Amino acid sequence: MTVQIRNSIRFLLNHRLVELSTVSPVQTLLDFLRLDRNLRGTKEGCAEGDCGACTVLVGRLLDGRLKYESVNACIRFVGSLDGCHVVTVDSLAVPGGGPLHPVQQAMVETHASQCGFCTPGFVMSLYGLWMENPKPSVEEIEKALQGNLCRCTGYAAIVRAAEAISTIGDLGRDPLVLEREAIGQKLAALKDGKRVVIGEGAERFMLPATVDDLAEIYAAEPAARIVAGSTDVGLWVTKLMRNISPVVHLGHLDELRRTIVDETGITLGAGASYTESFPVVTGHFPQLTELWNRIGGEQVRNMGTIGGNIANGSPIGDTPPALIALGASIVLRKGGQRRTVSLENFFIEYGKQDRLPGEFVEAVRIPFLNDNARYAVYKITKRLDEDISAVCGAFRVTLNVDGKVVDAVIAYGGMAGTPKRAGNAEAVLIGADWNEVSIEAAMAALGSDYTPLTDWRASAEYRLLVARNLLRRFYLETEGADAVRLDRKIKLAV
Amino acid sequence: MNVMQPIDRIRGGVHEKERHESGHKHVTGTAEYIDDIPEPAGTLHAYLGLSERAHAEILSIDFDAVTSAPGVIGILTAADIPGDNDISPAHSHDDPVFATGKVEFHSQPIFAVIAETRDAARRAAAKVKIEYKDLPHVTDVMEAAAADYPLVIDPLKLERGDIAAGFARAKNIVEGEMRIGGQDHFYLEGHISFAIPGEDDEITLYSSTQHPSETQHMVGQVLGAASNAVTVNVRRMGGAFGGKETQANLFAAVAALAAKTYGRAVKIRPDRDDDMTSTGKRHDFHVGYKIGFDDEGRIEAVDALFSARCGFSADLSGPVTDRALFHADNCYFYPQVRLRSRPLKTNTVSNTAFRGFGGPQGMVGGERMIEEVAYALGRDPLDIRKLNFYGGEGRNLTPYHQAVEDNIIERIIEDLETSSDYAARRKEVLAFNRKSHIIKRGIALTPVKFGISFTKTEYNQAGALVHVYSDGSIHLNHGGTEMGQGLYTKVAQVVADEFQVDLDRIKVTATTTGKVPNTSATAASSGSDLNGMAAANAVQQIKARLVTFAAERWGVSENDVAFEPNTIRVGADRIPFSDFIRIAYGARIQLSAAGFYKTPKIHWNRSEGRGRPFFYYAYGASCSEVSIDTLTGEYQVDRTDVLHDVGKSLNPALDIGQVEGAFVQGMGWLTTEELWWDAKGRLRTHAPSTYKIPLASDRPRIFNVKLAEWSVNREETIRRSKAVGEPPFMLPISVLEAISMAAASVAEYRIPPRIDAPATPERVLLAVERLRRAAKNG
Repeated sequence: MTVQIRNSIRFLLNHRLVELSTVSPVQTLLDFLRLDRNLRGTKEGCAEGDCGACTVLVGRLLDGRLKYESVNACIRFVGSLDGCHVVTVDSLAVPGGGPLHPVQQAMVETHASQCGFCTPGFVMSLYGLWMENPKPSVEEIEKALQGNLCRCTGYAAIVRAAEAISTIGDLGRDPLVLEREAIGQKLAALKDGKRVVIGEGAERFMLPATVDDLAEIYAAEPAARIVAGSTDVGLWVTKLMRNISPVVHLGHLDELRRTIVDETGITLGAGASYTESFPVVTGHFPQLTELWNRIGGEQVRNMGTIGGNIANGSPIGDTPPALIALGASIVLRKGGQRRTVSLENFFIEYGKQDRLPGEFVEAVRIPFLNDNARYAVYKITKRLDEDISAVCGAFRVTLNVDGKVVDAVIAYGGMAGTPKRAGNAEAVLIGADWNEVSIEAAMAALGSDYTPLTDWRASAEYRLLVARNLLRRFYLETEGADAVRLDRKIKLAV
Repeated sequence: MNVMQPIDRIRGGVHEKERHESGHKHVTGTAEYIDDIPEPAGTLHAYLGLSERAHAEILSIDFDAVTSAPGVIGILTAADIPGDNDISPAHSHDDPVFATGKVEFHSQPIFAVIAETRDAARRAAAKVKIEYKDLPHVTDVMEAAAADYPLVIDPLKLERGDIAAGFARAKNIVEGEMRIGGQDHFYLEGHISFAIPGEDDEITLYSSTQHPSETQHMVGQVLGAASNAVTVNVRRMGGAFGGKETQANLFAAVAALAAKTYGRAVKIRPDRDDDMTSTGKRHDFHVGYKIGFDDEGRIEAVDALFSARCGFSADLSGPVTDRALFHADNCYFYPQVRLRSRPLKTNTVSNTAFRGFGGPQGMVGGERMIEEVAYALGRDPLDIRKLNFYGGEGRNLTPYHQAVEDNIIERIIEDLETSSDYAARRKEVLAFNRKSHIIKRGIALTPVKFGISFTKTEYNQAGALVHVYSDGSIHLNHGGTEMGQGLYTKVAQVVADEFQVDLDRIKVTATTTGKVPNTSATAASSGSDLNGMAAANAVQQIKARLVTFAAERWGVSENDVAFEPNTIRVGADRIPFSDFIRIAYGARIQLSAAGFYKTPKIHWNRSEGRGRPFFYYAYGASCSEVSIDTLTGEYQVDRTDVLHDVGKSLNPALDIGQVEGAFVQGMGWLTTEELWWDAKGRLRTHAPSTYKIPLASDRPRIFNVKLAEWSVNREETIRRSKAVGEPPFMLPISVLEAISMAAASVAEYRIPPRIDAPATPERVLLAVERLRRAAKNG
């Protein structure tokens, strides 16, 4: 198979086509906007994808549909934007003092800006929400704003603005809605099926033409750095100033984002973002809804991928404990060779995974629960949303008709150098009655399963105590106890 | 002369819910922050090289790899400073721009790299090789006390009455201690300075500073130039909260030094992580207290020692720890009292101003003492509060001998108790806790009294400059800085009201030391009090000239000249404002004035601990209900009701925004915002990924915020309003106390919960465990 090569990337920036043939592999979208294009409406607050001041919308075609999503420009590499439409705050209002966009007008009318520095990011997040959901509930607004920090307003006015947008403007008259078809055609025309190579030697990045092309490139150059959503690798550049070149991007590969559902489970493309995978994952595993909604903020969920979350091997990654408890496995591919590894065994020790040079995570396989299985995941953090786990516990037990445990899988994040199963606690439970006594014994056994660390997220004492108590919570919930968890659905306004 | 029908009122006068003057620019991204200013050709970028030790001698520095890095123009160290290598705002000479010989905290600046781009400067700075000889270091305040670390500044003692007699008389005495964490400002716009060199010794700066005059003086001090050579400008900041009161001086000094050294414009903007590790924060406190009270819960005597983690230098730690003592009484009369501060040196970044300026820590300590009394006696803490409020015969003197003359706390509490339905809900909470085993609830209603004025009396002055141009448009400039609080809007409303013209006739221009000199920091909530009065004074001067002119010109009595909405009434005639101004200009009337204001009545003798440091007090109260999960320590604020006093509000929309924002910011301080240093003295919560300020989903699930609309400042402040910046920051003490009550429920409320701040889920769970054990053993 011969692959044609293009030596430039092409994307729409607001109303213009941008074509770049010289661009650094570590050029962030934020610096490109502010320094190269003098578009200074988009702000840098943290340079690590946590504050949202740099939020822009990126539109892309997925299976023919043009969708705009909020992303953090500070950790998004320009190289990943081939074939996309970047929309910045600078383009919303009619220039020269013309009318404000309804989102902007709502923010002004509800006094939703004070210092104004976070405001462009909020405007873009709310714009992204409005396009998908013109009349959002307060919970939906809060979810869309999980990745936007405001230090001045206390958010009340911003939520009021979000509720007011549709009383001010009509989504049907929004420019991006009116021009959707034309923009879609322009983006479609940019997709020429070519491999993109920019730069030379150590200053180089590539966009494979297909997944097969990715396999070929990576097998030939295993020292290259694969970048999917860049929600972690982005920080290697912006915070650690690491050189990650040569880079192989895979975010543009639609075939790596596809999900297959069969009778026994679901197979997620490793390149599927958290947002993309939300419907299928939570449709089949409603127990994962809260976890999925609390991964990063909206921008991170729009960029970050399950494959990346697994491949980087973090001991505090959000999805591995949940997936290990479900008995998930991953497909690793090198060139034309594929092998399947149970997710649990993929994590060998801190910083070390069972991934050979040239191998990449292609898919994640999650088997369905059997009818008798009980399953739950709990993420414990200092702040409810957009925070990294102090402890994340995932539990699956299967009981027989006599109420005895026939199978138990318990996995925790934040308790060891890798996401790790609680073998001793599981052993205590298997064969035992599912009751208070067994739970107490299993809770005690967790002390021999883990020796957690103390750090800024939590002390060792707290981690072990919570790990134990989460097992109790799981037991109580399976027993149908009332009021085991905080009522997050308290009426949100008066 | 035109005859016009008068319009009822102007648009945008005082007491109106006027929008933020920059709102439309914020939402479009066209509001210009310093990093958005187009750079002149040849602009260079500076980046700081920071210490990698908490306390060490510097044995040697090897800059070879730095200077040979791509794009580097040069490096600057203390040796390159022509003036003083010091920017101590306390004039303690303990705050070097660049460390020399030794470093005293991790991330202390040692040098700066100047390069063609910011990225090049930042990468090059990381290449330095420094040889250190480690010295013992202390980061914790009580470890500092134990290690006999020095005080960074003289402590304060407030004493009134005879505590020994008070404790002897008291039937109950409780002693305890509390730790109160610090807080990072987390302004969304980090520090930044941009310097453009001028002729001779002149230099122009754009600095993200709350205190342009001090920045001007510090830059002059470092450059060895007089203040008249340095101009500091700031149009707006992307948040400040006290974090840019003194901390901007470092960046301004480095940018200025580099600009003068290389003769080119220089910008410096640290990465967020470096901003958080190398600039000061809210002081952490340890409070040791002893309280005597009778069987009803009436306080007899209080003795408390407030120890603060000040960091390596004095900075503002003196006035910050003073203000902690000024607020340890909150709304309560202490018959016999001794309050002492202990501003301790530590090997951490020098702590600084932060909204409330020590007052919140003092008040949290005071409320902890109330909680102790309530739990000791098994009473509703609100009953104990009411019993001890200032008021009644001989019960209105503060520990610093200022009489509380404007007390309205009882009415605030009464109103809020009713509107929040406190009594019934407290009963429901108690009933809920009896039947719910995992989830527990708590409710608390807490008051706030906050003293308004700088305790450094000389800061209570302000200037403003008002020009009326011959076309009738008005230019307003004053010494206050805009950091989001809406100061520019409020002062413009004052000017509109004074002139009786529509608000859109007035343009507020960037704060600059070149227009209004010798200004005070925009701090201590004083912005609109001071600058509003100064601007009004400027307008009054111009109006007086215009009235005299009109009376002479049209031959009427001065009493027959009046400024009515957008018109001047002269006798029976009405002249449109613009036409009138054109005529006045033609008659050579001076249409410009510099206004001035100084706060009356205040005085303070620190060595005696006696005086009237505050012009007046602002009051407020909040009622919060929370749920906690006793398996994990997780919690949420289910409902908060706030009633807050801003006097007669200059702008109720902006004031509500200040109250809501301060509440959530204060709630973050008391709940999820945790500063965590490791054993090497490194701050490890130095970015939003590790330092967790509240999100939209953290705000109270039900959040009712109201202003006490009946309140009018009894002092002659600008339009009888009150300051609003800091006082509401202390409202969320109700959240901390409600969490404490929920935890205390596991021990039937018989044991004081004593949860330190911030009440992270970890602290809450460990408190629940401790209380359960104590209940079992006791």
